[in-house]
Amino acid sequence: MKRKPEEGLLISPIRNGTVIDHIDGGEGLSVLRILGITGRTTEELSVATNVGSRQMGKKDIVKIENRELLKEEVDRISLIAPKASINIIREYQVKEKIGVEIPSEVIGVIKCPNPGCISNANEPIQSSFACQKRGYRCRYCDTLITRDIAAYII
Amino acid sequence: MRHIISINEVSTEEIDDILDRASAIEEGAYDPDLLNGKILANLFFEPSTRTQMSFVSAMFRLGGKVINLGSIEASSIAKGETLADTIRVVSGYADAIVLRHPKEGAARLASEFSDVPVINAGDGAGQHPSQTLLDLFTIRQSFPLNGINVGFLGDLRYGRTAHSLATALSRYGVIIHTITPPGLELPPSLTHDLLDTGTKIVVHEHLEDIIADLDVLYVTRIQRERFPDPGAYASVASGYRVTPEMLADVSDRFILMHPLPRVDEIDPQVDSMPCARYFEQARNGVPIRMAMLQKVLV
Ligand SMILES: Nc1ncnc2c1ncn2[C@@H]1O[C@H](COP(=O)(O)OP(=O)(O)O)[C@@H](O)[C@H]1O
Ligand SMILES: [Mg+2]
Ligand SMILES: [Zn+2]
Repeated sequence: MKRKPEEGLLISPIRNGTVIDHIDGGEGLSVLRILGITGRTTEELSVATNVGSRQMGKKDIVKIENRELLKEEVDRISLIAPKASINIIREYQVKEKIGVEIPSEVIGVIKCPNPGCISNANEPIQSSFACQKRGYRCRYCDTLITRDIAAYII
Repeated sequence: MRHIISINEVSTEEIDDILDRASAIEEGAYDPDLLNGKILANLFFEPSTRTQMSFVSAMFRLGGKVINLGSIEASSIAKGETLADTIRVVSGYADAIVLRHPKEGAARLASEFSDVPVINAGDGAGQHPSQTLLDLFTIRQSFPLNGINVGFLGDLRYGRTAHSLATALSRYGVIIHTITPPGLELPPSLTHDLLDTGTKIVVHEHLEDIIADLDVLYVTRIQRERFPDPGAYASVASGYRVTPEMLADVSDRFILMHPLPRVDEIDPQVDSMPCARYFEQARNGVPIRMAMLQKVLV
């Protein structure tokens, strides 16, 4: 290991995997949820919540051992952590840094808040939202989600 | 192949084309054998008299045939079949599907599973493009759509026909006037969308403040369920009931519209006034739906 990662004890070094840094304070668990990592996961992971950050005041950090996030997974994170930076770690070194990008379409990630929407019925479709200026719009019922998007993550 | 799911996806050129076709059809300029050999599947998961009958009439007038869902209780839907499966199967039986369904987005889903064009005939509180087109057609029978003053009276919060019509009219540079009871104003997101298109919206407290300047007054029903008790409903509804006296000062070209069925919103004495257009409006459902069927089936 050439350089000691700055968060030392809070986030212990990993050999291979992904570090998601600069998550808005308190949203770390939502980030896990968006990645499909639930309580029963076999993934080796650690989450640091509300650690001090010079840029952000408080931030969360998520570290996942032996998993490199895919581009589409990274994009999903933009829903709740638009400032996040994703660091791909190989042999203890940051090998790649990816900024999140807001995707034009979010499929299968958010549940439509409209109970009358066909995407909430027992049908073989995934929810689908278009990212628009004022929020996320349901492809099926046109409902617009303007805030608190994390609350609708499936 | 093209579907007609939401008026928002129909370009202004296509809207004008459908209205032009409907005008020609109304004058008798259509081929009564145009859709000879074509079959339309009418899938109405919810009761509807006018929309269903006018689609059947439109198909018959163009020489086509119609098959129906029949009773839902006796069908595979009652056994729990998904809409997606029903559509996959039925699209093998017909050349186009007309769908009315209680869930919002049902027609969009249908278009994803159908091998033939789908026309949305109303999806819950969502879209109902043939209604919007016949509303536009009714206005255009009297004068061009551009720059007119259109009043909307009644429930603009939940009234989907008013929402779709206002959105469609926003492409024609109209000025929108609203007259609603407190709590039943246009939803903020729709107001935003309309303002984004450059549409001017003027909110009025009383119909009498604006009636003389209107070209169109579109009346919508105020539903009893929106009020805590019958008394509250009655006192609000009576204030929004259109009577001959309220129409004393209208302009010569003024027209009064209503998507029907009406309950108490318009005094029956208004029916015989020259401005009353709601029965013509309902009748216009046939030429408009003929034009739509031509568009998707030819
Ligand atoms: N081997 C590692 N194990 C765990 N975390 C690491 C490792 N290497 C770097 N990090 C973490 O990844 C993030 C990005 O690292 P780095 O590029 O060095 O810093 P920064 O992006 O803050 O300039 C930091 O939160 C750092 O603590
Ligand atoms: Mg840092
Ligand atoms: Zn929806």
